[in-house]
Amino acid sequence: MTENKTKEKIKKIKEQRPSLKKELEGAVSGKGSIKIAVLKRMAKYLLRHKPMLILCFTIMIVSNVLSLAAPKLSQKAIDAIEPGVGAVDFHAVFYYAVLMLIFYAVSAALSYLLAVMMVRLSQKIIYTMRKQLFDHLSELPVSFFDTHATGEIISRISYDIDTVNTSLSHDLLQVCASVVTVIGSLIMMASISPVLLLVFVITVPMSIGYTKFRSTRVRPLFRRRSQKLGELNGYAEEMLSGQKTIRAYSREQVITDRFDAKNEEAVNAYYVAEYYAGTVGPTVNFVNNLSLSLVTMLGGIFFLFFSLNAAGEAAIPVMFTISLGGINAFVQYSRKFAGPINEFANIVSDLQSACAAAEKVFTIIDTPPEKPDAPGALTLNGVRGEVELDHVRFGYVPERTIIKDLSIKADKGSLVAIVGPTGAGKTTIINLLMRFYDVDSGRILIDGHEIREVTRDSLRGAFTMVLQDTWLFHGSIYDNITYGKEGATREEVINAAKMARIHNYIESLPDGYDTILSDDGVNISKGHKQLITIARAMLADTPMLILDEATSNVDSRTEQQIQKAMYALMEGRTCFVIAHRLSTIQNADVILVVKDGNVIEQGNHESLMAQKGFYYSLYHSQFDN
Amino acid sequence: MKLLFKYLRSMRGFIALTLTVKAAGSLIELAIPYILGHILDYVVPERSVEKIVFWGAVMIVCALLACLGNITANRMAARVARNTTRKIRHALFDRTMRLSSRQIDAFTIPSLESRLTSDTYHVHHFMGMSMRMGIRAPMLLIGGIIITLTLDWVLALVMLVTLPLIAISVTVISRKGVPLFKQTQRSVDRMVGVVREDAQGIRVIKALSKVDYERRRYDTANKQLVKDEKRAGTTMALSNPLVTFFLNLGLVAVIVTGAFLVNGDLSQTGKIISFIQYFTMISNAMIALSRIFVNASKGIASAHRIAEVINTEPDLEVLPADSFNAPERDPALIRFEDVSFSYIGKSDNLSHVSFELKRGESLGIIGATGSGKTTLVQLLMRLYDVNEGSVRIGGRDVRTIPHEELNTMFGVVMQNDFIYAGTVRDNIDFGRGLDDDTICRALEIAQAAEFVGGFDDGLDHHLNSKGTNLSGGQRQRLLISRAIAGDPQILVLDDSSSALDYKTDSKLRKAIRENMSDVTTVTVAQRVSSIMHCDVILVLDEGKIIGKGTHEELLADCDVYKEISDSQIGGAFLD
Repeated sequence: MTENKTKEKIKKIKEQRPSLKKELEGAVSGKGSIKIAVLKRMAKYLLRHKPMLILCFTIMIVSNVLSLAAPKLSQKAIDAIEPGVGAVDFHAVFYYAVLMLIFYAVSAALSYLLAVMMVRLSQKIIYTMRKQLFDHLSELPVSFFDTHATGEIISRISYDIDTVNTSLSHDLLQVCASVVTVIGSLIMMASISPVLLLVFVITVPMSIGYTKFRSTRVRPLFRRRSQKLGELNGYAEEMLSGQKTIRAYSREQVITDRFDAKNEEAVNAYYVAEYYAGTVGPTVNFVNNLSLSLVTMLGGIFFLFFSLNAAGEAAIPVMFTISLGGINAFVQYSRKFAGPINEFANIVSDLQSACAAAEKVFTIIDTPPEKPDAPGALTLNGVRGEVELDHVRFGYVPERTIIKDLSIKADKGSLVAIVGPTGAGKTTIINLLMRFYDVDSGRILIDGHEIREVTRDSLRGAFTMVLQDTWLFHGSIYDNITYGKEGATREEVINAAKMARIHNYIESLPDGYDTILSDDGVNISKGHKQLITIARAMLADTPMLILDEATSNVDSRTEQQIQKAMYALMEGRTCFVIAHRLSTIQNADVILVVKDGNVIEQGNHESLMAQKGFYYSLYHSQFDN
Repeated sequence: MKLLFKYLRSMRGFIALTLTVKAAGSLIELAIPYILGHILDYVVPERSVEKIVFWGAVMIVCALLACLGNITANRMAARVARNTTRKIRHALFDRTMRLSSRQIDAFTIPSLESRLTSDTYHVHHFMGMSMRMGIRAPMLLIGGIIITLTLDWVLALVMLVTLPLIAISVTVISRKGVPLFKQTQRSVDRMVGVVREDAQGIRVIKALSKVDYERRRYDTANKQLVKDEKRAGTTMALSNPLVTFFLNLGLVAVIVTGAFLVNGDLSQTGKIISFIQYFTMISNAMIALSRIFVNASKGIASAHRIAEVINTEPDLEVLPADSFNAPERDPALIRFEDVSFSYIGKSDNLSHVSFELKRGESLGIIGATGSGKTTLVQLLMRLYDVNEGSVRIGGRDVRTIPHEELNTMFGVVMQNDFIYAGTVRDNIDFGRGLDDDTICRALEIAQAAEFVGGFDDGLDHHLNSKGTNLSGGQRQRLLISRAIAGDPQILVLDDSSSALDYKTDSKLRKAIRENMSDVTTVTVAQRVSSIMHCDVILVLDEGKIIGKGTHEELLADCDVYKEISDSQIGGAFLD
């Protein structure tokens, strides 16, 4: 019965979840190669800005070279001081000092330029990513929003994208720059002593291996971290929306305790991730220090051993000879070499959290959007407004049918009222008419065109909806009213507001039509909000109307006052009305009594009353007390 | 910043330990290059392989110790950050839950939300980072300065002259940064706001084919955010090159001064050379420090936003019982005495409202949209304080009744009341520890037992956030169950049966009358049938009472009421 339907609906939604989860798992698993795939996809965003990237890279190299050259200059300046008391070559000292100043100034300017360019680059990427995600979100079917918490979506578009971006713009570029340094110092070291280089053959794989081993362990921890944070955010959002109720019931403590539990999970997930990720840096550092020690020891021994022999015998393999200065230089370069590798460990841990975040973002981007319009879909034009539902069958999931076999025919300009107990599928009919969901079998025809063969925009554009749950966005009242019809004149807007009996109220506000409605609109009542949406509907001129409890929040006096306007609005349009109040329904051309997904009675008021059936009993229930 | 210190204080012992371990680790690590220098300068010339191996082994041991020390310190730092964040987030959430409606209105919900989420996250990140990196850099800096001073104090002073310059520029930049990051955070709020709105209004957007419009709207918010982020980023990017440049300026000054000193036999070239070595160390430390500052301004901006909420003075204080001369024994349970109220202090939303209601009586409130019905109820529950007059319950002004006591008097269903993700039981119990019998009885009275019984898992049935897997009527009945379950003295139903069909609505009223006869009910409704049987009915219009009495009385002498009634009776219908 009624309850069964709701039950089914709930089950259906529940069942949708695991399937989504599976999808998610499928995207994530990919047999471990996922990380590369995700990285590649992330890198694509970077590569889109090749010229800028190349420019950044060039500047980076130039400023690196400059920073290498400056010490040389200072060396020369000091050389000029070298001769000692009274013999300092001041001319040379000043010459090099000035040169140094110029070099430093240029290098400072360049590094500022580089930083600014990096900011720009990263903002370009983050802009694109956010835009892409939002654009995709707006293409997703309504069912996505029915099954995903708003807080979760917000977490993706703010926190996760931020994380991805930080690592992309900063780390990847740094990796490129490090490669240059690493290769450069490798060459220098090889030229000093190829044998000592063998030390790195042992230690570098050690640190790479360790980093890799860690990253496989740490990555799921980071994923968990961002998941837990998302859950916490979702919970906070939910409870904030009910804050008044919570306070009215003095439930602050209980709710805070529950929040604490979520908070605990979130901070612990963060902690656990840090706990393991925090070992990477020091460990890699240790490996570097180890190689430094080995180089020093071996270098020292080589020096002793081979230089000793060098005095007596001639046949010493050249590759083993080394001078003290050579060891010194080798150590210097090995430091340069180790720096980026050390940094690399940090970058890897950043990349891990970025990958985890990116996966989540990509999961949304990969969620299939609303099916595109059929090829060659018709654009509805000059719609007459004949609507026919032909043996429609529908369930939100295949196993649970909500609407079993529904046939309705509405002529142009007719008023179709839908009544029935809660959960009988009234709202579902609207979901189908608007193609928020597609029918499982049967057809819906508008002017004889199957709606799946018509473009969605033109189909939806042919309807105007006023729903029980009013929706207004952050913006002026004016913008909210013109929402359904861009470019409406001020006169038209005021006219619509007058018809909806909201003009006087709007004028009484300090900013009139320019009053900004903030989210969760502070002191605008549900009734006023609904009147604004009615004004919006009045302004939009469409051949078909859907009124789902359109005046449920408006008091009946006002309702009566706008009645005339409502009739004018309905005049000549095909209307689907779901309402409590008979005043609207009584003169409907067809009243459909829907129960359990079927039309059980059909006719006008008089004929249904004469039938003495379900409708009759509903009608009389209002006099019971 | 004050906020952070306040919460860090309780962990100061542990923090000190963390910093000590970190310092020890850093010191040991710093010893490695010195040992290296020692080996090359002194050990190798001694030509002893054993000694080389010995000192090499010392290096390795140091490396190992440094590694262990740093890992431990990092983990300890993560722990401090975790504990502190947990506390801050708790305090923030707790305070948020206790904010008065007026304060919530001022902050706005989205802004509170982003403070709870992204701001606490930034603070968490900032704390962890500053402890991991904030020790090593100052150590190197101070150590470097001390060594250079002992080396040659004149040259050291020449170099140090640039430090104030650096300090000033870093301070100026990070000062500038704080408001920029605050602005950025505001833009984040806006951007998130659009996403939230659109996620909720997706049906309307799709219906009106406004996807492109919304994209543009989002794009505007996105662009603004990018612009702000760019500005903040560009400003902060100045610090690194500036610091480096000033340091290098110092270096040049040292060389030139050195040249004069050497020429006058006041110093040696060798000193200048080692000076430059330490100089590199100092400048690296300086750069690391300034980087911490940059991050700090982001963390501080967030901490400010959090502190704003936490430090909000509680309003709606409970006043001493004798603040208002109350009648000793008031025969009325609820009494409004000449109450006036305004939300924003301009025009009155309620003016000069007076009425009384005895225990067990029922009150119905009807009137046009915006006539002040909800406002009246909110004043009764003291969600806001009156501007004039007095609201009394049992003779006591509501401002003198402790919140907890006041709240337990009421069972309330508000307009747009909320259902959260959880089981049916959770939502009705609402953390009050009610037993299943009480809950079931409430469900019976609220006419919800039937549909809840229809769930396979009954009370354990899972509800989505905002009750999206329920119909409007089911949602309202659950909310009414919640209100009834606490066995309140006063039951407040603010437009909470609008989605019920008339049949269920009348059954509901009957059940309440029969089962809760000593409960005083206050019903706000649009439908006359919902309130026509009330003992007292108030008709409100633009904040004033224009009719008061029973259904029959009002039909006789209140035109507005008669008009409403005529339009509905016989015209009402089931949904």
